[in-house]
Amino acid sequence: MANSQAAGRRKMTALEKRNTLIAYSFLAPNFIGFVVFTLIPVVFSIVLSLMDWSGGQNITFVGLDNFRYIFKDFSFTKSNLGIALKNTVFYTLMTVPLTLLCSLGLALVLNKAVKGANFFRAVFFFPYVASLVAICVCWNFLLMKTGPINQILNALGFTMKKSWTSSRDLAIWAIIIVSVWRNAGYYMVMYLAGLQGVPGELYEAATIDGANAWQRFTNVTMPMLTPTTFFNSIMMVISCFKIYDVVAIMTQGGPGRSTKMLVTYIFELSFGGEGIATSAQYGVASAVSMVLLVIVLLVTIVQFRGEKKWVNYM
Amino acid sequence: MTAKKKRLHMTPAGIVLSVLKYGVLILFTVVALIPFVWMISSSLKTSIDVFSIPMRWIPETFHWENYLNIWSKVPLLAYFKNTATVAIIVTFMQILTSSFAAYAFAKMQFRGRDTLFMCYIGTIAVPWQVYMVPQFIMMRSIGLYDTIWSLVALQSFTAFGVFLMRQFYLGIPNDLSEAARIDGLSEYGIWARIILPLAKPAIATLCIFTFVNTWNDYMGPMIYLTTDLKKTIQVGLRRFIQAYSADYNLIMAASLCSLIPVTVVFLFLQRYFIEGIATTGMKG
Repeated sequence: MANSQAAGRRKMTALEKRNTLIAYSFLAPNFIGFVVFTLIPVVFSIVLSLMDWSGGQNITFVGLDNFRYIFKDFSFTKSNLGIALKNTVFYTLMTVPLTLLCSLGLALVLNKAVKGANFFRAVFFFPYVASLVAICVCWNFLLMKTGPINQILNALGFTMKKSWTSSRDLAIWAIIIVSVWRNAGYYMVMYLAGLQGVPGELYEAATIDGANAWQRFTNVTMPMLTPTTFFNSIMMVISCFKIYDVVAIMTQGGPGRSTKMLVTYIFELSFGGEGIATSAQYGVASAVSMVLLVIVLLVTIVQFRGEKKWVNYM
Repeated sequence: MTAKKKRLHMTPAGIVLSVLKYGVLILFTVVALIPFVWMISSSLKTSIDVFSIPMRWIPETFHWENYLNIWSKVPLLAYFKNTATVAIIVTFMQILTSSFAAYAFAKMQFRGRDTLFMCYIGTIAVPWQVYMVPQFIMMRSIGLYDTIWSLVALQSFTAFGVFLMRQFYLGIPNDLSEAARIDGLSEYGIWARIILPLAKPAIATLCIFTFVNTWNDYMGPMIYLTTDLKKTIQVGLRRFIQAYSADYNLIMAASLCSLIPVTVVFLFLQRYFIEGIATTGMKG
């Protein structure tokens, strides 16, 4: 009995081995590319944050010096990291609620039976698909000194004398506007999926209990949408912290440092600013990357925790 | 049912509600589309008329020649060709390697499966911006710098594709693959003959995601491509904008052209795109 069991186990392991080999053969094409072009660079960037390197022959271990360098004289108005952090956080705090509001509004209206719902859904989603450079340059023009938006604002009694992207106060708002405009349709789709999951009986029960439309919204729709709202917010916060391309196309971090973001800073340290040739400081750049990584990972941990509490996937 | 509907339409509250509903819809439609309308309008004006005060939506005369002039200013056709090449190769590679790897994760038992999968998912959480510098250094050292192959390498092996395909495969009943296994079909045969044909919607979704992302990618080509003739449309367009910064009309015409391929793909396949987002909840 014991013998045959052992033999059975051995036979299983042989089969397991064969299976494992076949499984690895399925994984190999993707896995090799993934290891070489993603996993190794990720590890490399952690190592690099402890090194001093400008791309040449000399590469030296400097411990935490890069971190000391970026946190030296830390202030939200003067040091590069401080300003980049402040701008990124401000951008995130403005963009996330505005996008949530717009996307929820769109989803609520579309979820009611409207004629041409599919058409409207496609229209609202389209800005998300449209090529970034084209829409950024278009918005740049729309927000120019004598562009249509300033013309409208002037007619309404404001005095707009500058292009938005060359004003220290408005440049970041130009980026916020483009981001909200571009992403609202995307999160609308998520909300529509969430709304589909709200059971109709809940509304019926609420109506029988005498709840009006507003009460049904606050007591049925919103609580049932909490997982979607939570998920959307987390996704948005993460993508806001990674913001770079819109900034690079619209303002290049300027004027001054008024739209310099975390990734803009990483970029300048590694590749020089646009038109500015500085020697690469890969170590320092990687140290800033680690700051970004820690922030994103913290947000992701919050998501995992919250998911357990609020969301039932399976 | 219809009586209830009719009654709702006749009550004042019902009328106010539906006016409000369509009002909001139309307002948002205008906001979503007006930049594109302005783009079209400006692309048909002369450069001076673009910012005329007061602005006019319909140009006095239509300058269709703008759409001819852009092609000779910069090698726009080469940009289009490069982008199409990269987008098609990347999409093909992505589908092939992802659907293959996802099969092992979803339909096979092997040691270390869950650890390995967590490893994949973990890197989705790591922003590309964190490791783009080491990646760049590596690519340069293996001689891929300033070739479109760097972009292919960059985007062909994403964990996202594997994740998307795996999620879909999990929904395909295991009975199917097990029955085929008993019938003597090899794992490769099951993948090719049973799973892949059933996974068409997921493949369509991944296809569109990858194509649109690759077409619209700005940062990758910006870092990796320096030779003008090798550039993709996004960085090429950027170069155009910098070189002819006062030719607003031509910039808008070129921008519109860059939008055409993704617009066509989106119009025909938007259903897959939108459903794909709703099911995975992830950006490509």
